[in-house]
Amino acid sequence: MLDQTVKPLVRVRDLKMHFPIHAGLLRRRVGEVKAVDGVSFDVMEGETLGLVGESGCGKSTCGRALLRLYDITSGDITIDGHNIATMSQNKLRPLRPTMQMVFQDPQASLNPRMTVEAIIREPLDEHTSLSAEEKRDKVAALMDAVGLNRKFAKRYPHAFSGGQRQRIGIARALALNPKFIVCDEPIAALDVSIQAQVVNLLEDLQEQFGLTYLFISHDLSMVRHIATRVAVMYLGKIAELAPREALYRDPLHPYTKALLSAVPEPDPDLARSTERVILKGDVPSPSNPPKGCNFCTRCPAVMDICKQIDPEYRQVQPGRFVACHLFNETTTTAG
Amino acid sequence: MPEAAAPVLDVQGLKTVFKTRGGEVHAVNDVSFSLRPGELLGVVGESGSGKSVTMMSLLGLLPSPPAEIRHGCVMFDGKDLLQVKPRTLRAVRGGEIGFVFQDPMTSLNPVYTVGMQIMEPLRKHMGLSKRAAATRARELLELVGIPDAQRRLDDYPHQFSGGMRQRVMIAIALACDPKVLIADEPTTALDVTIQAQILDLMLGLREKLGMAVIWITHDLGVIAGIADRVLVMYGGQIVEHAPVGDLFRDPQHPYTRALLKTIPTISGERAKRLTVIEGQPPLMTEAPNACPFRARCDVAFDRCAVENPPRYPVGPGHDAACFYNARTKGPRDA
Repeated sequence: MLDQTVKPLVRVRDLKMHFPIHAGLLRRRVGEVKAVDGVSFDVMEGETLGLVGESGCGKSTCGRALLRLYDITSGDITIDGHNIATMSQNKLRPLRPTMQMVFQDPQASLNPRMTVEAIIREPLDEHTSLSAEEKRDKVAALMDAVGLNRKFAKRYPHAFSGGQRQRIGIARALALNPKFIVCDEPIAALDVSIQAQVVNLLEDLQEQFGLTYLFISHDLSMVRHIATRVAVMYLGKIAELAPREALYRDPLHPYTKALLSAVPEPDPDLARSTERVILKGDVPSPSNPPKGCNFCTRCPAVMDICKQIDPEYRQVQPGRFVACHLFNETTTTAG
Repeated sequence: MPEAAAPVLDVQGLKTVFKTRGGEVHAVNDVSFSLRPGELLGVVGESGSGKSVTMMSLLGLLPSPPAEIRHGCVMFDGKDLLQVKPRTLRAVRGGEIGFVFQDPMTSLNPVYTVGMQIMEPLRKHMGLSKRAAATRARELLELVGIPDAQRRLDDYPHQFSGGMRQRVMIAIALACDPKVLIADEPTTALDVTIQAQILDLMLGLREKLGMAVIWITHDLGVIAGIADRVLVMYGGQIVEHAPVGDLFRDPQHPYTRALLKTIPTISGERAKRLTVIEGQPPLMTEAPNACPFRARCDVAFDRCAVENPPRYPVGPGHDAACFYNARTKGPRDA
């Protein structure tokens, strides 16, 4: 699958995205929401990196910050050899065609007053100097590629179902021949029977155009299907990152273990025989994360050190990264 | 499960139609099922399959117009809920039949404290005094696992997290010791770790209180974990009905079989490619004179387009609405 000579297309180091909280009459800054708080990972060329986590863990913010849809707080982002972390939006613009995004809600991310053709053509208008005819051909080719009937080019988004709208969003993202696409929960709003259609389409397109994906999702079973490697986020940090097989077979971080055991499996015998790890309580607020490890308030294997010192995110086995004191060399692996 | 016990809720031939400018929408078409005391009946289906409308029709929660209940009878406690006076129905709703909705934020009133909202059914239906209701409300919050219950009674819904709000909704639904609890996608808006908490809680409560539960969801994984029997809905109809083990081991309707194949799992073999159910869900504006699944079905034949299949028995407590016999791999006899 992933051979060692593959080079990273995207390199993220210690990415932080903090949003200020303003309060009071003078709108003074009283704190900040640490939505993404020191995240590092690579996305290899041609792979799909799955980014999973519960709502509010910062996975979408991470995806958007990565494409500089926000001005990030700190950190380094290198995409296709360009360091874009502090680049101005003007300088970034010519680089935009290489990096695109597919959004969660195909209803909200398509302009209801534009025809499908106009939506898919817009990136071409902005970034290329093709003639009108060339653009029309390109739009038709894109519609074919994502499985939309060319005859519907003049229709408006409301005339399409959720799955078809998501195809329009994918066609738009593909228009400029990108290398890297951030898919932010592309199937979350779709019905089960439609989800498989869209996931298969994304896989076909990846093969056809050699795309690299960051696939953000809360659906662990779908991520197992599509991702090459998987990163698990919790409260703004990556808890664990590992190749897909290793992560699902042998999760290391207690949070990954709990998350996997909480997924309801469509098999009555299995569902009733397996012992679930049920986490107590809720995710703490990212504006006021706990001291030490951010999972220490819910962790079933919590130790004293966890409440004091934030565990370092480090490689514990080749290709496997974990942020947990259970895997420190200095402490014995208790629990 | 007591097989022979009389059902607590018995629905026969329910048909609900919405009248719109674009014509009639056949949202629920000839739905029949019964609920035995103490059992957990799972209802699965995609959006628009009619699962929520079915439950809302039988409790008279749909505004009319545009909704119109054409036929059917809903027997509960010796009464037909579709025929009784609105007053009687109001006493049943929230009293003997509890309801938990999908979105706990929009179904709680933001300007009343949680305590008041739990006490409301207690005072209305059970005629408890304010003090008795307050005590009972505290007990209920403790029952659904909300820490520091006494203090939290005075909190407003926005002070609770999503999972906690859903626990409050469950507490309200349980307030009057219902015989039947209808839960409409109660965990869909929640994260998996919180969903696991709520499922665990519901199973515990059902054991403790012995009520019958109808659990509506689109997630077959949830159904596998908690249901005793399952109804699969598609296009406003029940297409398959089976005990949970049989449904997953030996699905008979092509839709159920396709659905089970299309969902990926986190354990077991990882499919190289997902099996796809081609096409789109049906438009419900057509009169239901044909099988709603025929356009996406891989075994459909001529008869499916001219006749709507009835539910054929295929095993003990197991039926499927399909003209194709999956066991003999041929058409069923008329």
